[in-house]
Amino acid sequence: MAHDQDPIAARVAEILAAHQGLEGPLLPILHALQAAFGHVPQEALPLIAKNLNLSRAEVHGVMSFYHDFRAAPAGRHVLKLCRAEACQAMGAEKLAAHARTSLGIEWHETTRDGAVTLEPVFCLGLCACAPAALMDGKVVGRVDEARFDALVAEVRA
Amino acid sequence: MKIYVPRDAAARAVGADAVADAVLAEAARRGLAVSVVRNGSRGMVWLEPLVEVETAAGRMAFGPVDIADVAALFDSGWGAHPKALGLTANLPWMLGQTRLTFARCGVTDPLSLAEFQAHGGLAGLRRALAMVPADIVAEVTASGLRGRGGAGFPTGIKWKTVAEAGAGQKYIVCNADEGDSGTFADRMIMEGDPFLLIEGMTIAGLAVGATKGYVYIRSEYPDAIAVMTEAVVLARAEGLLGASVLGSGKAFDIEIRTGAGAYVCGEETSLLNSLEGKRGVVRAKPPLPALHGFLGRPTVVNNVISLTSVPIILDKGAGYYRDFGLGRSRGTIPLQIAGNVRFGGLFEVAFGLTLGEIVDDIAGGTASGRPVKAVQVGGPLGAYFPRELFDTPFCYEEYAGKGGLVGHAGLVVFDDTADMLHQARFAMEFCAIESCGKCTPCRIGAVRGMETLDRIGRGDTAAIPLLSDLCDTMKAGSLCALGGFTPYPVMSALTHFPDDFSPLKEAAE
Ligand SMILES: Cc1cc2nc3c(=O)[nH]c(=O)nc-3n(C[C@H](O)[C@H](O)[C@H](O)COP(=O)(O)O)c2cc1C
Ligand code: SF4
Ligand code: FES
Repeated sequence: MAHDQDPIAARVAEILAAHQGLEGPLLPILHALQAAFGHVPQEALPLIAKNLNLSRAEVHGVMSFYHDFRAAPAGRHVLKLCRAEACQAMGAEKLAAHARTSLGIEWHETTRDGAVTLEPVFCLGLCACAPAALMDGKVVGRVDEARFDALVAEVRA
Repeated sequence: MKIYVPRDAAARAVGADAVADAVLAEAARRGLAVSVVRNGSRGMVWLEPLVEVETAAGRMAFGPVDIADVAALFDSGWGAHPKALGLTANLPWMLGQTRLTFARCGVTDPLSLAEFQAHGGLAGLRRALAMVPADIVAEVTASGLRGRGGAGFPTGIKWKTVAEAGAGQKYIVCNADEGDSGTFADRMIMEGDPFLLIEGMTIAGLAVGATKGYVYIRSEYPDAIAVMTEAVVLARAEGLLGASVLGSGKAFDIEIRTGAGAYVCGEETSLLNSLEGKRGVVRAKPPLPALHGFLGRPTVVNNVISLTSVPIILDKGAGYYRDFGLGRSRGTIPLQIAGNVRFGGLFEVAFGLTLGEIVDDIAGGTASGRPVKAVQVGGPLGAYFPRELFDTPFCYEEYAGKGGLVGHAGLVVFDDTADMLHQARFAMEFCAIESCGKCTPCRIGAVRGMETLDRIGRGDTAAIPLLSDLCDTMKAGSLCALGGFTPYPVMSALTHFPDDFSPLKEAAE
């Protein structure tokens, strides 16, 4: 196998093979890569492009259109805080200010210890138990400052 | 003993998993034989985790249950306890509803096809299998069902276009992008009754001659994605999906796809581009997706609630469904009541309740106990309604007549601490962040809108006419409703709450 020396290329090839035959496979491929690597590695783009008969720029264009795909690794945990209206009505802006101050970062940044990346999200469908958050894909409702601090402490422990 | 602890994301978000574990652990400690069913939610989110116990009299509700309550609940024999609410079916929230689409949600085990059928599931599909396709379309048309995704387009007419688009590969695409703030009906039904969506999509496939369906679920809904994925696997294993639906010889299959965090991908043509693996840019119409949709093929794009309302129409008949509602808004609508409310959740009811009845009676006013200031109806592109408009009946035309929209039927309540200029600015910011970039009035206009609102916020009232002009430009020059409807929240805030835009605001405070 040509990919023997390069573990990333080997994994990418596996993922591409697993998505053969899908109609419109690019988003599922990008999701699978991000699930495997925590981000979409730059090296993967030409391989995807070749496999799908697209230009590298096209693949990059698709990837950069969507808020979900990241080109660089995130922190060990990704915390998404809802910024949308129902959460605003229950104090989400004050909570977000607390989050940024207590973590010492802005939106899209990662804490210095690499533990937490803070992302905004616009609605998690938890609008009747607002404010809402998603910690590594796990839903959390009625988040106040104390609950936020506990969430962060839990993943940092 | 059978105990129900919901698996709905809203219940899990407030501790349902821990409660389910605690119930099992406590039962084991006491040597009691208890089975825990992870049902969907009944929609009473303020009572979640809402635990139910099966009794001879019916299901008894307890909530909101904390893990600290569990031992005492067992001590009471799940009887007299401060968290006891009585029979679930007799709670005012349940009694006030007409649950057609959500009839099984919260009642059954979402992933039991046997329970689904025992509670009326597949009756609509069985009837459809015995009908000719044109009659299925006619039944849906006669029901008066209109698209629940926001635009309110008659579902039967859309199906007819696709049905008559000749032979060849066609598709059913379910729009489960549910991006509007304040909405969660799609999420709840996918997590609470996933086979219903499968049934509805299969009926749509039979009606138009499509053999393949996609459910495009937003990535912000990991729980719904998991449940739908599992349900499709089960449905295939049981012969509900596949080469011969229920042994009929007719094929239909479904694939679950995940969005990638773009609000605009809820717009149907953007969604189709995304599904094809492209940037989620909006396509110009015509051509209609019905004729030139996924991969250029005739495609039905329908919202989750549109599709999940179809089985009961086929089961009970168009007339049964059409008899609910008001004016040109037929059937029921799952109201999603959210934000600063005492009682938040999902309330399915015939069209026609006034906004005041919904906010004051059903939602019980604000959670903060302060006066209601504004209600945003229909998501981030919907208008802010003041109390003066609380007599508006919940219907498509009536809302349009008041400069608003029903949208996906989400209602977000704000108390009197809300600053409407700030809300207007957020609407512009949201549009700027989520714009697909195709039209200048949307892409650039939204940024200008934020700047203009900042000027007004600094006391520059001369900027107010500029804001109105900008909104007119966005309305007239935008290809889709993201740029075209952002003026609704902005202008309604300005029109109904002028004090928040006046320089006197600060002085008054
Ligand atoms: C910016 C934008 C976002 C939209 N988001 C959604 C959505 O999340 N879900 C949905 O069903 N329809 C959404 N729509 C409406 C769809 O374009 C389309 O009308 C709908 O999917 C058709 O299905 P229906 O007739 O069953 O409502 C959106 C429209 C726009 C302009
Ligand atoms: S209005 Fe905005 S989101 Fe809609 S097509 Fe134009 S640029 Fe894209
Ligand atoms: S608005 Fe925050 S979860 Fe819906």
